[in-house]
Amino acid sequence: FCCDPDNLKTSTRSVSVDLNNDTALIIDIPDALCERDKVKFTVHTKTTLSSFQKPDFSVPRQHEDFIWLHDTLVETEEYAGLIIPPAPPKPDFESPREKMHKLGEGEATMTKEEYTKMKQELEAEYLAVFKKTVQVHEVFLQRLSSHPILSKDRNFHIFLEYDQDLTVRRKNAKEMFGGFFKNMVKTADEVIISGIKEVDDFFEQEKTFLLDYYSKIKDSTIKAEKMTRSHKNVADDYIHISATLSSISADDSTAIKKHFEKLADLFEKLRKVEGRVASDQELKLTELLRYYMRDIQAAKDLLYRRARALADYENSNKALDKARLKSRDIPQAEEQQQLCLQKFDKLSESGKRELTSFKGRRVVAFRKNLIEMAELEIKHAKVMLTMIYRCLFDNAYAIMKLALNVVTSRPFP
Amino acid sequence: MSSPILETETKPAAAAVVKPLVEAAVETVAEPVAELVEEPLDEFDDLVDLSTDVPSVQATAAAAAESPLVEVEAETPSEEACEDFVDLSGSDSDSSQEETLLEVPADSAAASSDPQDVSTALPPGDVATGSAAHEQPGALLEVDIGQASANGEKQPLSEDLFFDPLANLADAGPPPTAAVKQPAPPPQQQQPPQPPLDLFEDDPNDLFGESRHAKSAKQQPPQPSSLFGEVDEDIFGEPLGAPAAKKAGNMASREQRETTVGTKTSGLGGGGAGAGAGFGDVGGPLNNNYEKEPADIFSEEAVTIAPTAAKAAAAASSSRTNGVHGAAEEGDIFAEATVELSLDSPRADRKKNTTAAKPSTSATTLSSAADLSKTHSASLEEVNSHVCIYIHVHISASTSIHTTLAMFRTKTFTVRRRFSDFLGLYEKLTEKHAPNGFIVPPPPEKSIMGMTKVKVGKEDSSSGEFVERRRAALERYLQRVVCHPSLLQDPDVREFLEKEELPRAVGTQALSGAGFLKMLNKATDAVSKMTIKMNESDVWFEEKLQEVEAADQQFRKLHGMVESLVVHRKELSLNTACFSKSVAMLGSSEDNTALSRALSQLAEVEDKMEQLHQEQASCDSFSFAELIADYIRLLGSVRGSFDHRMKAWQRWQDAQTMLQKKRESEAKLLWANKPDKLQQAKDDIAEWEAKVTQYEGDFDRVSSTVRKEVVRFEKEKVKNFKRQIIKYLEAQLKAQQQVSLCSDGV
Repeated sequence: FCCDPDNLKTSTRSVSVDLNNDTALIIDIPDALCERDKVKFTVHTKTTLSSFQKPDFSVPRQHEDFIWLHDTLVETEEYAGLIIPPAPPKPDFESPREKMHKLGEGEATMTKEEYTKMKQELEAEYLAVFKKTVQVHEVFLQRLSSHPILSKDRNFHIFLEYDQDLTVRRKNAKEMFGGFFKNMVKTADEVIISGIKEVDDFFEQEKTFLLDYYSKIKDSTIKAEKMTRSHKNVADDYIHISATLSSISADDSTAIKKHFEKLADLFEKLRKVEGRVASDQELKLTELLRYYMRDIQAAKDLLYRRARALADYENSNKALDKARLKSRDIPQAEEQQQLCLQKFDKLSESGKRELTSFKGRRVVAFRKNLIEMAELEIKHAKVMLTMIYRCLFDNAYAIMKLALNVVTSRPFP
Repeated sequence: MSSPILETETKPAAAAVVKPLVEAAVETVAEPVAELVEEPLDEFDDLVDLSTDVPSVQATAAAAAESPLVEVEAETPSEEACEDFVDLSGSDSDSSQEETLLEVPADSAAASSDPQDVSTALPPGDVATGSAAHEQPGALLEVDIGQASANGEKQPLSEDLFFDPLANLADAGPPPTAAVKQPAPPPQQQQPPQPPLDLFEDDPNDLFGESRHAKSAKQQPPQPSSLFGEVDEDIFGEPLGAPAAKKAGNMASREQRETTVGTKTSGLGGGGAGAGAGFGDVGGPLNNNYEKEPADIFSEEAVTIAPTAAKAAAAASSSRTNGVHGAAEEGDIFAEATVELSLDSPRADRKKNTTAAKPSTSATTLSSAADLSKTHSASLEEVNSHVCIYIHVHISASTSIHTTLAMFRTKTFTVRRRFSDFLGLYEKLTEKHAPNGFIVPPPPEKSIMGMTKVKVGKEDSSSGEFVERRRAALERYLQRVVCHPSLLQDPDVREFLEKEELPRAVGTQALSGAGFLKMLNKATDAVSKMTIKMNESDVWFEEKLQEVEAADQQFRKLHGMVESLVVHRKELSLNTACFSKSVAMLGSSEDNTALSRALSQLAEVEDKMEQLHQEQASCDSFSFAELIADYIRLLGSVRGSFDHRMKAWQRWQDAQTMLQKKRESEAKLLWANKPDKLQQAKDDIAEWEAKVTQYEGDFDRVSSTVRKEVVRFEKEKVKNFKRQIIKYLEAQLKAQQQVSLCSDGV
C-alpha cells in the first residue's frame, strides 16, 4: 500500500504547527510504505550544516525509531528545560480494517454499486489515516529541526543520517513494565512535590493553566472525534440512501423515475461534500486539538521536571542546614546545593522561554486552523447549496410538467 | 359621517374585493362565474348576459350582502366569495390553478385595504346602489383587512400542509363538477320566493338617499330591485353579525364594526326617522335570538320556514317583520345554496350535523378562523388523567366541495377524536371499500412503546416528539381519506369529521379478542393467497404487482436507511452539543483573550450547528422517513387491493365454472325439455356474467387509483424533502458565515 508522495506533500503542508522553516535543515517524509502493522517512512533531509556528511540524503525509518528518538531526548538531562516535542502516536489502522471486515460481511445486503462505493469510502478513510500518520511523524521531526537546541542533538543527527537500519529494539516486557513503573513513580512524585511552595508566580500560573487546559482540551478532543465520526456516519448513510433511491428509480417505470434518479444523484453528490466536511473537520479541528493535547502534556512534563529540580534544591538546602548543624560534609552539601540551584535556575529560565514561545505558537496554530476550517466549511456549504438548488429547479420544472400531464389526462366523469 | 365620503370609500373597497376575484375566475372559468353569480344571489341570473362589468358589480353586491352573515360565522365576505370561486373553478380541475386561487383572496384583500389604488373604474351607481352599502364601508374594509391578516397566516399554513391540496384537486375533481351541475336548476326554482322587490318598495324610500337610488336605477334598470333587497338584508345582517361576533370574543375589529353599526343606526335615525328606530329594535331581539340558538335561524328556520317567511315578508309592512324576513331571507339564500351544492347526496340529517358541529365553531376564535387552510390542521393534545390523545380537527372550508359548501357557515369546526376512532374509521372503510378494490389509506400503526412512554409520561422530548409524529401521521391519513373522491362520499367519514360524539370504536385494541380474530383472518388470508394460483391474464397487473412488491421492499430498505440517517444525525447533534460545551470550557480557561473569544464563538457556532443538525434530523424523520413509512403502508394497502382483486378473480373464476355448470345443466334441461327450470338457469347465467363484469371494473379502478396515488406520492415527497433541505442548508450557510466571522475575529 504505497502512498502517493504528491498527495502526502499537499497534506503535510497543512500541519498543525507553524514552523519557522530555516533552510539550514529541512526534513520531510516524501514517501511511506505500509506493511501490515509496520509503516516504513522515508525520511529525507536537506541541509547546509557542516555537521552532516552530505547535503541531501534519505534514510528509511520506522515508527519505533521515532519513539526511540523521543525517549532519548526526554532522558537527556540537559534538555530538561525544554519542551520536548511529543512523540507521534502509533499508527492506528485497526478501525478502517475492522470496518472493511464488517463491510465484507454485509456485502450480501448491498447492491454491487453500493458495495463498491462503501469500499472506496473505506479506502479513502484508510488513506486519510495513513496520511495523517505520516504527517504527525514529519511534524515531530520538523519541530526538532526548527528548535535551536534540539536540532543540534547528536541522536537526532544519527537518526537522520545513519543510512542503515537503526535496529531499535522494540521495548521488551521488562522495559515496558519499567516504563510503566516510572510513570507511576512520576505521578506519585508529582503529587508529592505539588506540596512545595512555588517561588515564581509565572510558573505557578502556568501550572494551573496547563493543568486546567489539559483536561479541557482532552475533553474537547474526545468530543470532536466523536463528532467527526458521526458526521462521517451521516455521509455514509447518504451512500445507502442514494443507492436505494437509484435502484428504486431503476425499478420504477413511471414519470417519477427521473426524480428519483435526480435525488439519488443529489445524495451522491451531497455525500461527497458531506464526507469532505467531515474529513476537513477531522483534519483541521480534531487533529489540532489532539496535537496540542500532546504538546501540552509535553509542557506539563517540563513543568514537572522543573518542580522536581525545585524539590531537589529544597532538599539540598535542608541537607546543607543539617550538615551545618552537624558541621560535617559542609562543602559537599554546599556544592550540592549550588548545583541544584544552578540547575533549577537554568530550568526556570529556559522553561519560561519555552512556555512563552509555546503559547505564541499555540495561538497562531489555532488561529490558522480555525480560519481554514471556517473557510472550508463555508465553501462546502455553498457547494451543497448550489447543488440542491440546481436539482430542485430542474425538478420543479419537471414536476410542473408532470402535474399538467396528470390533469389533462384525467378523464372527467 | 357624511354620506359622500362614505360612498367613495365603499366603492373602491367593494370593487376591490370582488374585481380581482371575478377577473381571476373569469380568466380561469368563465362559465362557473355565471353560475356563481346565479347561485348565491338568485336574482342575478337575468343579469348574467350583461357585460363583464355588471357581473363584477353584482358580485360586489353579493359580497356586500353576504358579509354580515359571514361575519356571524367569523368568516369574511370575500373569503366566502372566493370560496365559491375556488370551488367552482376547482371543478375546472386544473390543479395548477389551485395555487393561483389560493392567492386570490390575499390579492383581493390587499387591494381592498388600499382603496386609493382602485380607481372608480365602475360607474358609481353600479356599486353604491343602496345607502346600506354606503353605511357599511367601515365594516367591509375591516373585514377585508382582517382577511388579509388571515390570509397572511393562511399562506404559510397551506404551505406546510402542501402535499395534499394539489393532488386534492385532481382527486376531488368529480364531486365539484357534479356540484356545479346540480346547482344550475335550483336558482330558477328559487325565483318565486324572491321577495326583495317588496322589501325594496317598502323601505328604501324612507331609508336611502334618493338621488343615488335614482342614479343606480337609471343605470341598471334590471338590477336595483334585487340589489336593494340585498342591501336591506345587509342592514339586518349587520346588527346580527356584530353582537354575535362580540359574543364569540372576536377582537377589536369586530368591536369596531359594532361601532360602525351604531353610527349606521343613528344615520338611519336621521334619514329615516321612526323606521330607523324600528330597525334598532329589531336588531335587539334578533341578537338575542341568535345568541340562544344560532343554528335555528340559519339552517333549520332557513330551510323550513323560508318560504313562509318570504310570503309573510311580502305581505307584511311592519319593520319588525321585515327584519325577521331579512334574516330569514338571508338564511334562505344560503341554505338554498347549501342544499343546491350538496344535492348530489342530499341528506336530511346533514343539516343536523351542521348544527351539531356548530357550537364548537363559536369556541374557535379568530385564530382558528385564520388557519383556514385548505386542509385540516390537526393538533394533538394530551389529556393527563386518562392520557388519551385527542386530535383537534379543524376542517376548513375548502377541503372539498362537500365539506365546504354543505357546511357553509361552519367552515371551521372542531371535533375530538381518540386514536382508536381513527382506527375504527379505517376498519369501517376497509370493510366497505376494500373489496371493491379501493385503496383505503391506512392509518398510522399503533405504537405500544410510544404510547406507554406517553402514559408513563414525564414531559420529555421523546414523548412530545411521539405525539407530534402521530399527530402529523393522523393528519396525513385524514388528508388522504378526504382526498379520495369515493371515500369522501362515505357517511362514516362525514360522521367522523362532524359528529360531536362518536361511539367508541371497538376492536381496535391490538391485544384484544378482536385483534386476535383479525390476526387469524389475516393468517387465513395468507393461506388462501398461497393456494390460489392465478394465471395472470393481464400483463399490466402482473408487472404492477411485481413492481409494487419490489417497491415495497426498496422502500422498506430506504426507510431503514433514512431511519439510521436520522439516528446518526441525532448522534451528531448530540456530539456537537458536547463538543460545543467542551469548547466553551476550553475557551473559558484559555488565557489568550483573542483565542478565548474565538473559542467561545466557535462554541456558539457549534451550538447553532447542533440545533441545525437536530432540525435536520427531525426534518429527515418527519418529511422523509414518515412519508416513506406512509408510502410503505400505502403499498401494503395497494397489495391488499391486489389481493382483493385476486379474490375477485377467484370469484370470477368460480362464477365462470358455475356459469359453465349452469350452461351445461341448461343444455341438459334443454335436452330434457324442462322449460320451467330453463328460465332460472338463464337468470343465473346473466347474474354470473354481471358479476364477472363487475369484478373487471374493479380491476380498472384499482389500477387507476394505484397509478394516481403513486404519482402523487413521489411528486410530493421529492418536493417536500427538497424544500426542507434547502431550508436547512440556508441555515447552515448562515451558520458557516458566522463561523468565518468568528474565526476572522481571532
